[in-house]
Amino acid sequence: MSNLLEVEGIETVFRTERGEVTSVDGVSFTLKAGETLGIVGESGCGKSVTSLSIMQLLGKTGSIRKGEIRLNGRNITGLAESSMRQIRGSEVSMIFQDPMTSLNPVFTIGNQLMESIMLHLPLTGKAAQDHAIEMLRKVGISRPEEIMNEYPHKLSGGMRQRVMIAIALSCEPKLLIADEPTTALDVTIQAQILDLMKKLREETGTAIMLITHDLGVVAEMADRVIVMYAGQVVEEADVFTLFDKPLHPYTAGLMGSIPHLDGDDEETLASIPGTVPPLQQMPSGCRFHTRCELATEKCAAEAPPLLEQAEGHRVRCWAAQGELDIKSSTLTLLKEVTT
Amino acid sequence: MIELESMPLPVSRPDTADTLLRLDGLKTYYPIRKGLLGRVKGHVKAVDGVSLDIRQGETLGLVGESGCGKSTIGRTILRLEQSTGGVIRYRGEDITHYSTSKMRPMRTEMQMIFQDPFSSLNPWMRVRDILKEPMIAHDKASSATVDAEVDRLLDAVGIPRAYKERYAHEFSGGQRQRIGIARALALNPKFIVCDEPVSALDVSIQAQVLNLLKQLQKDMGLTYLFIAHGLGAVKYISTRIAVMYLGKVVEIGTKEEIFRAPKHPYTQILLNAYPVPNPHLRGREKIVVQGDVPSPANPPSGCRFHTRCPFVQDRCRQEEPALLGGIDGHAAACHYAF
Repeated sequence: MSNLLEVEGIETVFRTERGEVTSVDGVSFTLKAGETLGIVGESGCGKSVTSLSIMQLLGKTGSIRKGEIRLNGRNITGLAESSMRQIRGSEVSMIFQDPMTSLNPVFTIGNQLMESIMLHLPLTGKAAQDHAIEMLRKVGISRPEEIMNEYPHKLSGGMRQRVMIAIALSCEPKLLIADEPTTALDVTIQAQILDLMKKLREETGTAIMLITHDLGVVAEMADRVIVMYAGQVVEEADVFTLFDKPLHPYTAGLMGSIPHLDGDDEETLASIPGTVPPLQQMPSGCRFHTRCELATEKCAAEAPPLLEQAEGHRVRCWAAQGELDIKSSTLTLLKEVTT
Repeated sequence: MIELESMPLPVSRPDTADTLLRLDGLKTYYPIRKGLLGRVKGHVKAVDGVSLDIRQGETLGLVGESGCGKSTIGRTILRLEQSTGGVIRYRGEDITHYSTSKMRPMRTEMQMIFQDPFSSLNPWMRVRDILKEPMIAHDKASSATVDAEVDRLLDAVGIPRAYKERYAHEFSGGQRQRIGIARALALNPKFIVCDEPVSALDVSIQAQVLNLLKQLQKDMGLTYLFIAHGLGAVKYISTRIAVMYLGKVVEIGTKEEIFRAPKHPYTQILLNAYPVPNPHLRGREKIVVQGDVPSPANPPSGCRFHTRCPFVQDRCRQEEPALLGGIDGHAAACHYAF
């Protein structure tokens, strides 16, 4: 099957008072129709900026300096705002983390739903309204006719996120970008929303780009996963390979840091020392070397490339690529942490 | 004045020597005011009759979804909120109605770590002054010893001593949380309420802070009330766990009891709903409860969970289940507990 989305070496920069910073540095990936791609990483790793770059919602200070984004084979990088508006909401739509702030408080739910429907679909008046009610029903909102006339503040967080999903899916987009869609929600509501996204995915065949810091959510939803660190992709694999055999020390460290619900008690959690470096002070060589237990001089001096180690499994690490002469015991230790 | 039905007598429990903190039928209500005159039209029953024991040296995990009253309990214990009913005992002493001046010496023993490391530190103060302030306010250190104390605190939480001249905004979230912990430790407390201390932090940093809290507990013999909604963190750090729903404790037990053999349907659903970081388990059977948490201003009759419980029976709608099994053992407030 051909790729729905191809992102090739994009570099997104922001102008700041203290000079230009590069938030996303040479990120490439592809997404097939109907596929769910998880993007994980900690705050500041560039996962949200990657998605905003695709939507070209970078504000006045941000721009894509290099690279190409192709949607259905068409290069959409640098498209005029008016052309982007045609794409947003109809071909690609997005849901955000905070359903409190992403709905307009002074318009009714019906208003906001029908706005995007009338903009992108050849529907008006009663037909648009019926479609909106149908969408609310689809996302599991009871009494959709009444909810149409309610304002966002009347709804709970879970309900608002359902409304956001209804708006996002109302024009049957090919791609849904979900940026931390359940982070602000309670566990039982999160389960409802994830369930809903799975159901809608099956029905509509929408491809999903799921951005999250929660490895549990990724394990639950994604087909393939990209791990980002400091603006770069450090590892990419299908979800099973990534959890069974992570190759990058950062991925392994992330997995070791989650306390598990099943299994025996852990005495101490494996943690990654230090913090993500600020964008202005990126370390030389491998960006993770300052926090990496396997780091050598080579890591500090030379930046490792992102190479395919096995089919569909890419990693950016000298150690994983067998370029370092490290004791095998260290690598086993790394594996133990993750099992 | 708030009118309350006559308080039920607290269940008598043996006061064991190792009980540090005891709550008996604790209630915290917030008035709902409406209209021009601000008349009280009802109450949000944030905490509605909670009895708990916290033992010396243990960590009691308090879990539940937003609005269940878990943070209010922590704040009420520290007398940051005024309780509406019930009794708070610290080392056997009834502190429920202590005046501000009588509470003052207690505050050196009972401290709090807050969720948001960005808003809980004063941006105008240097780290050194943030840590000095409690010691000077409580006469715990002289000007001669205070600097040594600051160094000791920074060492304990793993912040380099040289950073004490910096301001809070110069630190990352994880480091700020460490400073918040150092501040809580400044007065050598015995009991710390940790209110979602890692929820705002990145995964790799969460692990650092959890490990630090565990280490400090070991070194200083601290007792924690650990409030969180992240079950993984609670399991990692707690000795015993209490599960709350709409102002009530619905289940309490040791960590093993809660995670291996939960009795209350809500606990089971909570554990089941938690996304497991293992893609091989994604096909497992899941119970997804419908609907939202009802409003604590107008909780459902009978069992408060009955509106969402998949196993609901007629009796649940009318009769409120008690937390059976006693406060010491593994107990669940459910007529049909598993």
